[in-house]
Order: sequence, then C-alpha cells, then structure tokens
Amino acid sequence: MAAAMEGLLPELEVIRKDFPILERTLAGGHPLVYLDSANTSQKPQVVIDAMVDHLERHNANVARAMHQLGAESSGAFEAARDTVAAFLGAPSRDEVIFTKNASEALNLVANTLTWARGIDTGFTGTRGGWDRLGEGDEIVITEMEHHSNIVPWQLLTQRTGATLRWFGLTDDGRLDLDAIDDLITERTRVVSLTWVSNMLGTINPVQEIARRAHEVGAIVVLDASQAVPQMPVDVVESGADVLVFTGHKVTGPTGIGVLWGRRALLEQLPPFLGGGEMIETVRMEASTYAGIPHRFEAATPPIVEAVGLGVALDYLRDVGLEAIRRHEEAITAYALEGLSSLGGVRVLGPTTASERGGAVSFELDGVHPHDVAQVLDSRGVAVRAGHHCAKPAHARFGVQSSTRMSSYLYTTPEEIDAFIDALGFTREYFGRTA
Amino acid sequence: MTLPGQDLDALYQEIILDHYKHPQNAGLREPYEAEVHHVNPTCGDEVTLRVHLEGEGDDAVVADVSYDAEGCSISQAATSVLTELVLGRPLPEAVAVHARFVELMHGRGTVEPDEDVLGDAIAFAGVAKFPARVKCALLSWMAWKDATSRAGGGAAFEAAEAAGEEQA
Repeated sequence: MAAAMEGLLPELEVIRKDFPILERTLAGGHPLVYLDSANTSQKPQVVIDAMVDHLERHNANVARAMHQLGAESSGAFEAARDTVAAFLGAPSRDEVIFTKNASEALNLVANTLTWARGIDTGFTGTRGGWDRLGEGDEIVITEMEHHSNIVPWQLLTQRTGATLRWFGLTDDGRLDLDAIDDLITERTRVVSLTWVSNMLGTINPVQEIARRAHEVGAIVVLDASQAVPQMPVDVVESGADVLVFTGHKVTGPTGIGVLWGRRALLEQLPPFLGGGEMIETVRMEASTYAGIPHRFEAATPPIVEAVGLGVALDYLRDVGLEAIRRHEEAITAYALEGLSSLGGVRVLGPTTASERGGAVSFELDGVHPHDVAQVLDSRGVAVRAGHHCAKPAHARFGVQSSTRMSSYLYTTPEEIDAFIDALGFTREYFGRTA
Repeated sequence: MTLPGQDLDALYQEIILDHYKHPQNAGLREPYEAEVHHVNPTCGDEVTLRVHLEGEGDDAVVADVSYDAEGCSISQAATSVLTELVLGRPLPEAVAVHARFVELMHGRGTVEPDEDVLGDAIAFAGVAKFPARVKCALLSWMAWKDATSRAGGGAAFEAAEAAGEEQA
C-alpha cells in the first residue's frame, strides 16, 4: 500500500504545495500528473517569487553598473555563485562559471580544449599533458550520452584530428567496463561521460572511471545534468575535473547552466566567447583577459536566472539531497513494479531502483511511443516520447524511440498509479481494432 | 469549470488505425527513378520512399510509390493512405491531392475536407487539431513530393503552386 511506502519524503504533501503548477487541471478535467521532470522540473513558489522580486525591485546589470541597484543586482548574482559553489562542494567560488545551459558548458570545454596550447593536467600519468590536441590523441565518451555530450566531441575530433572512442553498453543498460583498459590508455586526453543517463537511468561508476583516466593523465568531464537534481553531488569526491549541469532540471529556471572546473585546469583554457566583462583590457591590436570565472562569462549574463538557480539549490538543500534520493528510489521502484505488472512492457536500462535514477524509458508492446504519450496526455499524464536526444543509446537497443516517465521530489505513488492505469487504457485503446 | 476533453477518437479514427495495422503498398520496389530518406528530427520517425513515374510532363503517371517507414500510427497511416491516393493516377491529379492534404493539415481544424478529393485522407482532419502531430502526418507526403521532384516531376508541383497563387 502506497501510504506505507518507505523512503517517501515525509512532508510530501507540503512539498507539493510549494509547486503551484501541480494544482493545474488539464483538458477533460484531469489533474496534471507530471512525469517529465528529467526533461524539465517544475518550479517552487520560492524560485518564482525570488525572480519576480529581483525584477521588481533590484533589476540592473551586473558588475558594470555603479549605482545602488547595480550593487544589489551584482550582489545577488555573485551570491548565487556562492550558493552553487557550496552546493557542489567546490573548493573555490571562482571555479563556478555560469553558462546558458549544460550544452553550452560542454561546448565551452570542448571548444577551449580544441584551441588550448600546452595543457598540463596536473596528473603524474604517462603523459599528464599535451601541447595541442591532434592525431594520436583520443577522446573517450559513452554510447549512453545525450547528444550534447556527443556532438561537441565529434566537432573537436573533426577539427583537431584526434580520435573519438566510446564505451559500449551491456544488455541491461550499463557501461561495458570490461573494455576500460583498452579504451582508456596513454593516448586518452579527455574522458567525458554522463553521471546518470537521461534515457536508461543508469548511475555510472564515475569515480572508478575517473581514477583510471587520471592514472593515464587524462581529464574527466562529467555531465551531471541528471545527477545534480536527484542525488548528493560533491565535485571533489566525484573525481571530475569539469562538471556541468543545467538550472531548469533542479527546480530552477531555464537559460542558466553551470560549469564547474578545477582551477588549475580552467586557468590554462583560452576564452570561449569574446565580449564585455571577459576582458582585462582591450586595445585595437589585441586584448588581455579576465581571470576565472569572468574570462568565460562574456556579455550580460542571465542575471535573474542565476538568482532563481541559487534559490532553487537552497530549496533542494533544505529538503535534503539524501532524502530526495531516497524518495526518487522509492517512487522509481514502485513505477518499475507497476510496469512489470502490466505485461508487454520492456524497460530499457537497469531494473533495480537502487542502481538507477528516476527516469524510466520503456516500450509498450504494439503501441508506438508517440501514441502512448498522446493517449496518456489525454488523461493528464505528461511523459516524453521520442529518442530523448539519445539516438545512439536507442540504436544500441534496436529501437527508434521510447516512452519515458521521470519522477521528482513532488511525485506521489498515486500519480504512478494513474500513470499505470493510463498505460493499461492505452493498450486497450489500440487493441480495439484487429 | 470542466474543460473540454481532448477528443482522442477524433485523432485516432478507425480508418487511421486500420491503415496503421494494415499498411497498403508497403515495402521497397523496383523500378524507381528517385529514392529519398526523410526523418523527423524531433521524434525520430523515418521513411525511405521511392517513386516510379511513367510518361513525361502532363502525361506523367504515378506508376509506383514504395516505402519502408518506421514511426507512430499517424505517420504510418498517412504513408499508407498517400500511396492509395496517388498510385496509378496522372501526376497533375496526384499533385492536386497533395496540395489539398497539406492545406488540410495546416488548417488547425478549420478546413472542411473534401471526401471526393481526399478519400480516406479525410480521417486526418482531426490530426490538424493536434499541432504536435501534424508533422507526423506530413512526413511521407513531403518525402513523396521530394522524390517525385527528383524523379522529374517537379514541374507539376510548380504548376499547381502557380495555379494556386492565381486563384488566391
């Protein structure tokens, strides 16, 4: 029985009241059952209020406005950087760079590595550094990456002559680590992988992979877009040299992402975008650049979005990331149980809740994911259908697309019941003609 | 306030589900003058479509349309209906049907479909009210236009467009 379910957030009903959108009713009078949080999370009232308050009372540009509002706005923006740094366990606030989203953060690191000359990774591995990336160098990713952690590295290898390699996947949706010693070698310069898969839900052993990468002097980039929302993340413990995530999946707004990087590495990377506030001085012939983090933050940044993100992370920290993780695990286990009870459902990815995040992709026998999502939507259940920006991972499992339900800290067992009911209805609906 | 429900039955007409489960003219066949591969990047639906024309200019006839498609019920049924409507017809007639179907799909539910022209394709009238699904219905129709143009039938579309502009 749902009420006795262990691991749920004890204040679940209070938490749900924090998210005004969860009160919504959709066409046909159906209450919203929002199971698309891996796509984007809903926003609590405190985030909405903080952003409105900033725009109503403190709006000004940051760092370049010499008036009181400018000081307030700059203060709020930089306070958000402090919040992010503390949330991630970053050794220094200067290591936190605001971007538009996780994709921009990944493009920032891939591009600046393409342009960089004379990198010293700081690891005493076989090489531990390089002059410029080129032939003979290898970048290692995985087959379960979001397109945003594939395409920037394809561009890098095309531009430098380096080679792109990747971890394959096992049948149950895990990284095939048997190949690790073949993949991560003295030729490896960068290992970039997702911490938690947005499609398969798999939680990857990032520390083990980082250890191996550092042994050969390679740097590690972690896409933590699906990890930061739902589990405790400490950048130092993770073994990452660079870690990225996006604001809108952690109950914050869209338009803001974060790149954390080890200071020693960031200081060796050239600028990404050129423009205002990323400079030290500009002459017509040439310019010199600001130190980190501002070197990577050209132009007016997403100010109110940063403020919203800071409040969102405070909100998650107050609820507790350990507690959120337990909640996600309980809800995911309940959803997996419901899916297996239906029959005719094939879950893509690990089927043990403790080894996965809260995104569950599946196939419903005989009904295309688009049609599943359409029928679910007619009953107020919002899920995602398609390739979830992970086409290679779908191809690995011989499918073109899948349906994905993804829960979050506000998801209730009753919503999972409604989802499973709606799936049963979907199958009946499409079974009505032979 | 009770909001009106989304009319699933208006979207998933029996005719559509029937074509989905029993696709007509499926498979890739010889001969053909052009083959195209179209994808819907957002959802991943794909179609490989071949066109075989016989005759030239205004006398051209759609001798064959063969395909290999993967996608949702709407996209699959739309492909099947397309082949039924254009196969064996003079190209200018087939192009006119194409124009009416595209018009219906872009009409957001305001275009009254003409059964004499569109046949089974009138079942797609409900799809036009679901903006996210319009591209599903149009995938293979756009592929057919592309393949037909590459097969030498492009002038028929240009003529139809010119006539349409004159009318407007």
